[in-house]
Formats: sequence, C-alpha cells, structure tokens
Amino acid sequence: MTELVVLQPGWQSTIQDAGRSGYFRQGLSEGGALDEHAFRWANKLLNNEPNAACIEILLGKFEAEFKANAVIAITGADMEASINGEVLRNWRTHSVQQGDVIRFGQARSGLRTYLGIAGGWQTPRQFGSRTVVMREKLGGLDGGPLKQGDRLAFQPRNSPALRVVPEALRPDYQAPLTVYVMPGYQYEQFSVIARRTFETAEYIVSNDISRMGYKLTGPPVSADTRKLASEGIAYGAIQIPPDGQPIILLKDRQTIGGYPKIGCVASLDCARLSQRSPGSPIRFEFTDVDRVQAERRLFDRFFNHSYWVDDSRQIAWP
Amino acid sequence: MRVHAVSEQAVQVEFGRDIDEALIPVIARAVEAIRAELGAVVIDLIPSYTTLLCFYDYNQVDSQWMVREIARILSAIDTDESGSIAIDGRLVEIPVWYDLSVGYDLDALAQQKSLTIAEIVQLHSARDYQVFAIGFNPGFGFLGALDDRLVTPRHSTPRRRVPQGSVGIADAQTAVYPMASPGGWNIIGRTPRVMFDSSGLAGQAALLNVGDRVRFVPISRSEFIERGGQLDD
Repeated sequence: MTELVVLQPGWQSTIQDAGRSGYFRQGLSEGGALDEHAFRWANKLLNNEPNAACIEILLGKFEAEFKANAVIAITGADMEASINGEVLRNWRTHSVQQGDVIRFGQARSGLRTYLGIAGGWQTPRQFGSRTVVMREKLGGLDGGPLKQGDRLAFQPRNSPALRVVPEALRPDYQAPLTVYVMPGYQYEQFSVIARRTFETAEYIVSNDISRMGYKLTGPPVSADTRKLASEGIAYGAIQIPPDGQPIILLKDRQTIGGYPKIGCVASLDCARLSQRSPGSPIRFEFTDVDRVQAERRLFDRFFNHSYWVDDSRQIAWP
Repeated sequence: MRVHAVSEQAVQVEFGRDIDEALIPVIARAVEAIRAELGAVVIDLIPSYTTLLCFYDYNQVDSQWMVREIARILSAIDTDESGSIAIDGRLVEIPVWYDLSVGYDLDALAQQKSLTIAEIVQLHSARDYQVFAIGFNPGFGFLGALDDRLVTPRHSTPRRRVPQGSVGIADAQTAVYPMASPGGWNIIGRTPRVMFDSSGLAGQAALLNVGDRVRFVPISRSEFIERGGQLDD
C-alpha cells in the first residue's frame, strides 16, 4: 500500500463510490458519485470493480503527489489536468510515476471530475460504503472533504494499459438539457395549467446547488396542497416549496420530507444535471416509468458486461 | 390505499391522507410482510407517517410487477384478523435530564404555557410515544403525539447548533437530536443515551425504528453524568 498526498484540496473534493445501500430506514442518505456516467467510466477504464471509490472534484484546483507508480483515469468535467506541467487528456487512463504531482485547473465544461485509480482509493468503509456525506460526517477519512496533507492509500501498479473512452460516448456538458420526469407523488394535485407550465417552460440552474439538490428558477408552479405529512424521498424527486421553484433532490438528500413533489427526474438525467452549472437551461419532459427503466437497464448492462478488446481502445458487448 | 410508481427505482404506498396513530402498526406490518416476501428484490424501505416508500432492484423486476406484488401483499394484511393489528414494536426507555442548563427553552416554555417546569417534565414523561418516522438526520425519530398543553411551534429561526442528545418539541411532536446539528425545536432536556452509533460496525446503528414506542424517564444530574452525558463547555 502506498499513498497520494493532497497538496491542495480545491473547492470541494470528496471520496465517492456508488453510495450506501439499505440505510434509508435509519435516516442515512445514500450519497455516492453524482455523475454516475463519468464515475462508471473511470472505473471501467481501469477495469476496477464498478463500486470502487474515486475522488469527485468539484470545480477544480485539486493538487496531489503520488508516492508510488500508479495507473489513473480522469473522466467528467474538463479541468485541464496536468502531471508535472504536462497536459493529461480527459476520458482516458494515464500512468504516473512516483513523485509525480497532478494538478487540476478550473472546470471549463461541467462541474465535476472523477479521479480514479487502479484498485480504487482505499479509505475505510462506513455502513458498507466509502462515500462521504458531509452533513452526516460519514465516510472518507474524517467524514468531510479532502484537506491539505490528507493521505489516500492505494495499491501501486505498473501496468500501463492505455484505455480511452470512444469519442462518441463522451457527453457535452454545455449542451441544453431536457430531463425525463416520471409523474408520481403529488402529480395529481398540480393543476393542468401548472403541469403544462412545468413541461413547456425553460428553467435555469440557480446558484443554490449542492450534492443534496439543485434549485432551478423559472415560472412558478404550485400544488393544491402546500404541506403534507413527511414521506420518503426517491432519487430525483422534484420538490416544489411554497415559492413554486423546483428543487431536484440528489444523492445527499434527506430521506424524508414534506413538500409536494410533481414527479421524479430519471436517475441518468440527474447525472447529466449534476454537470450543469448555474445559468444552464433545463427543460422537463414527462414520460412513463417503463421507458426510463429500460434506458437505465441498458446503462447498467453496458457498464456491467462490456469489455475491452485487443488494443484496449475498443469496447465490446458480449 | 394506493400503490404507485414514483421513479424507476421506487414504488410508494399511501395508507391514508392524514396523520393517524392507527396507521403505524399497519405500516410496520407492511414493512415486515414486504421484506419477508420480496426480500430478494427489495433494497430498502422508508416507512413514514402515512406512506411507505419501497426501493427495489430494477434489474430484476419491473415497476408494474412491483406495484402488483405489493398490492397483493397489502390486501392480505388488510383482511387479516378482522382488521385489528397488534402493536408489536419495542418499548424503548430514554433517560432525560430536564434542566435549565441543557433545556434551553424550558423557562420560556413554562412562562408561555403557564406551567411550572415540574409540570412540563411530568407532562412530557407521562405518556408513551409512537415513532412515526426516522429522518432529518441519521437516527432522528419523530415521536408523537404530545399532550395538547405542550404543543408549541418550532423557532422561526433555528439554532445554529443543537448539542447531541438534546430533547426537543415542535408542534405536537417530540424528538432527540442523535448528533449535534442546526435545529429549530424547543429544547427541554438532554439524554446520555446514544441514539445513533456512527462507528458503522453494526448494521443497526439507529436506536429507534418506526413502530417502536418511546418512554422518557427523568433522571438527575449525577445520573446523567454517570451514564456518560455531556454538559455544555
């Protein structure tokens, strides 16, 4: 075992895996990588287990030194990463040497970058996961974001297999985003006009965004009921507080809440949303659960069953 | 009763519209039955006041199958034993030191309600409460219902930090803060009991489960300290 030493933690860099499963009942958030697409690619590139922990770097300015040779992958937002001043391309693996210093600049497109390492970052597990949920002070090294001087353990590797995510499969985080919404929860309690407004208007990502949720601004919509008995909150639930501005609840959300919800955003669209910065336009489109489920199953099947062939630059399905 | 899909990962059951103590054992029974019959596909369940949210593995079954199966299981519970369902939750005793030094709102509450502090303590500890829901923070149990004479709205501006173990009341509910956090409940005392064990070693880290009953037992300062209670600095 060797270590990565954090020189600059940046805005907010946290250890994230696929999150905690099975603890909602006790009031724990699931947590986990916000952009499941970029996160799964980081581990796919490294042939890691799908749940291996990555560093989720928000906005950039992260800097660290490798105490041994390693193979890493960089996916997600482009933050102009470099090693000892030499540019590292995004969406691929890189070999690094003992003593190398990796630096991330500022996000140019997207908000979150995933820094994965062969074998995954070896921080302790709490409740079955390495994920940091800051509000609960759980996971990572001390329940918080990385700090200067933190040391993250990893297994040294020398195999320099170079793998690249095919160009066509890399997302454009600056493209306008339409998210699928499954009507549910209090959908019936929103008037026909409110639903229509919600589906036709353009909403804008506000400055009020975090791992708990994204608040959007746009034409207000409101339900007939203002408050209801607190109920369990699913991933992507769209909560409408009294001001009528939607909040999409993400991985670090609280487990129960009492605001009316017009529906839920598809999980894969939540991942896309998590790369959108304040000011980005978002549209909603109602669809049915079956369609979203089919799309999500394809995503899972791809990441669980595809494999690298020959020169490692091609990916194939069984 | 209504069962419907809320997302590609979860199905919700609505047992009623209004908060009702009689729903708690029904929901607790539903949790047990769904776990027992669908344990292989159910990932987690969030019971709350009037609802149950059920997360399942969408790679094994689809939404329509889940809705149908849950409806079938619930209809079996519904007709069971002529509709009378026994409360089988545990009784959990929580010792509380009710004192002005840790019960920051005791004095104001006494004045506002024209009660003595002893009367507040008596009213709060006289009855058993039901655990309606767990949430807000890990292990935070929403307990009810309070005696009408204690019903008080929460503070309009929450405190920045409410210490671990603080016992508070808000509207017709009472609760213990399992960890220090911001909070707007009226604080009347503190417990030395660990409400949430964040070591994460045990599967069951939260002391309370939905369906349990809770009884608050007044203790003295020395007992509070003896049992590991923390005073303010």
